[in-house]
Amino acid sequence: MNNLNQNGIENFKENLKTIGKSFAGSFLRSGKPTSDRSRAAAMFNNFFLHVQGVKTHINTLRPTYTLGLGITSLFLLIITVVSGILIMIYYNPSIENAYNTVKDLTYVVFGGNLARNIHKWAGEGMIIFVLLHMARVFYTSSYKNGREFNWVIGIFLLIITFGINLSGYMLPWDQLSYWALVIVANIIQSPKEITDALGITKYFDIGGFSKELFLGGTVAGKEALTRVYLFHIMIFPILLFLFLGVHFWRIRKDGGLTKPENFEPKPQDTQLLALPDKKGGIFPVNKTYGLMELAHGKTPAVDRDVENSVLSWPNLLIAETAVFFACLAGVFVYSYYIDAPLRELANPLIPENPAKAPWYFLGLQELLSYSAFMGGVGLPGIALLGLALIPYLDREQHQVGIWFNGKQGKSVAIQALVVGTAVLVALLAFVISFGWFRTWWPNVPQMLITFINPGNLWVAFMTAWSVYVIKKTGSTRMGAIALFTMFLLSYVILTFVGTELRGPNWDFYWAKSRWPAH
Amino acid sequence: MSSNAKKDSGVSRRDFLGLASIGAVILSGLSILGGIFRMSKPNVRYEESTKFKIGKAENFPVGIIKKLDDKGVFIFAGDDGIHAISSICTHLGCIVAIAETGFQCPCHGSKYNEDGKVIGGPAPRSLAWLEISQGVDGSLMVDTAMEVPSGTKFRLNA
Repeated sequence: MNNLNQNGIENFKENLKTIGKSFAGSFLRSGKPTSDRSRAAAMFNNFFLHVQGVKTHINTLRPTYTLGLGITSLFLLIITVVSGILIMIYYNPSIENAYNTVKDLTYVVFGGNLARNIHKWAGEGMIIFVLLHMARVFYTSSYKNGREFNWVIGIFLLIITFGINLSGYMLPWDQLSYWALVIVANIIQSPKEITDALGITKYFDIGGFSKELFLGGTVAGKEALTRVYLFHIMIFPILLFLFLGVHFWRIRKDGGLTKPENFEPKPQDTQLLALPDKKGGIFPVNKTYGLMELAHGKTPAVDRDVENSVLSWPNLLIAETAVFFACLAGVFVYSYYIDAPLRELANPLIPENPAKAPWYFLGLQELLSYSAFMGGVGLPGIALLGLALIPYLDREQHQVGIWFNGKQGKSVAIQALVVGTAVLVALLAFVISFGWFRTWWPNVPQMLITFINPGNLWVAFMTAWSVYVIKKTGSTRMGAIALFTMFLLSYVILTFVGTELRGPNWDFYWAKSRWPAH
Repeated sequence: MSSNAKKDSGVSRRDFLGLASIGAVILSGLSILGGIFRMSKPNVRYEESTKFKIGKAENFPVGIIKKLDDKGVFIFAGDDGIHAISSICTHLGCIVAIAETGFQCPCHGSKYNEDGKVIGGPAPRSLAWLEISQGVDGSLMVDTAMEVPSGTKFRLNA
């Protein structure tokens, strides 16, 4: 009896001494990753890591292939979530308090301004990186070989990224927020332009109905703020994480990122490997060589694992951690120096002049200034649908994983860039100098402007050009490259025009310094 | 009898039950969706009334232009009567300002003439002319929800 007690106490003492070790062991499940086997276990036994493969292809680790764009978008998202929760400590979504609490955050709360800046800039950074990531995926043909639907999910993620940014823009309830809200509400209402022209608004007012649902009334007020807030912190984040989960899961199921079919590792690729030692691993160095390995030809993979892949722990994780800290540092530095804007309290009586949407929508606002329906609903709808359908219209399966499909694609892209820039700039210059139908014939029916306006003409030109490219090259992929290049180009050019060259009354000015004083 | 009916309709009992249950699922799904949308449409709006008094007719001598910012209305008094024009741009809902040629919108550059007719920019429709009526106490009332044809002016009968 006494002896047993003694043992119990001894055991307890021993357990107490090794508590750190045994806790760490249970926490990591597979112990210290010291061998290839345990490194593999570290990946697939970990909830957070198991979405990634145990082994990663060397091509995936090449910075020049992925450019780290997708993972940067994810890290920016994580940063916005953390900073968003921080600013929610003080933010109050009511029209009486919203502006004041944001002002408190900006000027009074310790770290509030920095947290708000980080939230804002990381969020807007997501737009840039998601677009760049989409461009990388497109130009490397990574929407093929079973990845078609993941590209469509990517388009959903892009839409949500825009939506979550826009809804956040409205929350401070300053002049920028309020007038953006008014404009968005009226864009939602813009199908009225069509029903009015057809004379059926009285019976079927889909525009007015949608606007009322969005605003929770007919004017932008407290109901509208509640709804926008709900979208920003609940509906969009849930959808975003849901689709992100599927997006990542499908990457795994599709066999990781794309890679060229006949991938040839370069000699310097071994430098990518942070941990080349194989001791105790499942792929021992002291293997015996067969006869074929002594023959002429390609040298067998001595230092590399099967199919040019390496262990994700630590090779992939080190790369990802590096990108994460680069993101964090970039966002912090940018947010330290550049403040998120906060104007006067929302004033429904005085619109800002010019009343501009956030920068990522200024390209659309330029299109809106031709026709509310086409610019706000029609053309974005066509563009998103066109983007989503790319994998189904271009089903050529060769050259996957190669930037621009090689030389031909590169020249097609450059051609589209040059021709597209010339045509779009000429079109914009024409509209800015001479106006459009309404300026020439004030009585022209609205229907005509809705269907023939500079925005529609540009989309028609893009389509025509890519059909021409398909005809000339005999390749749907080349047509897709031309179309996508022109899409990116129009986003950049229109955004630039809307941001920099449009002033009060949406008139054209060469520079902000030339705006009339008022 | 029953086998004849089966032949006529071409739907077996099993298929019928299957289709009926699928139909029920779709129907209930749609009703829930409809209910969600209906719930989002408020029954009571805590907004100001669209109809409001603007004062007695004597307050509007010929030639006067009144801008009621908080109501989004311009009141014009001319020789042939008083009329009200909405100051809400028909493009995207900004507030237009009086300009040399009529009205101008700061947001996307829509231009209107003095009658509110579109003469430039993206606006799809002319500015709305609004109904003016006289209340029982003799003061004039404007209803921003009631559009009247362009050119309709209010004249005192007295």
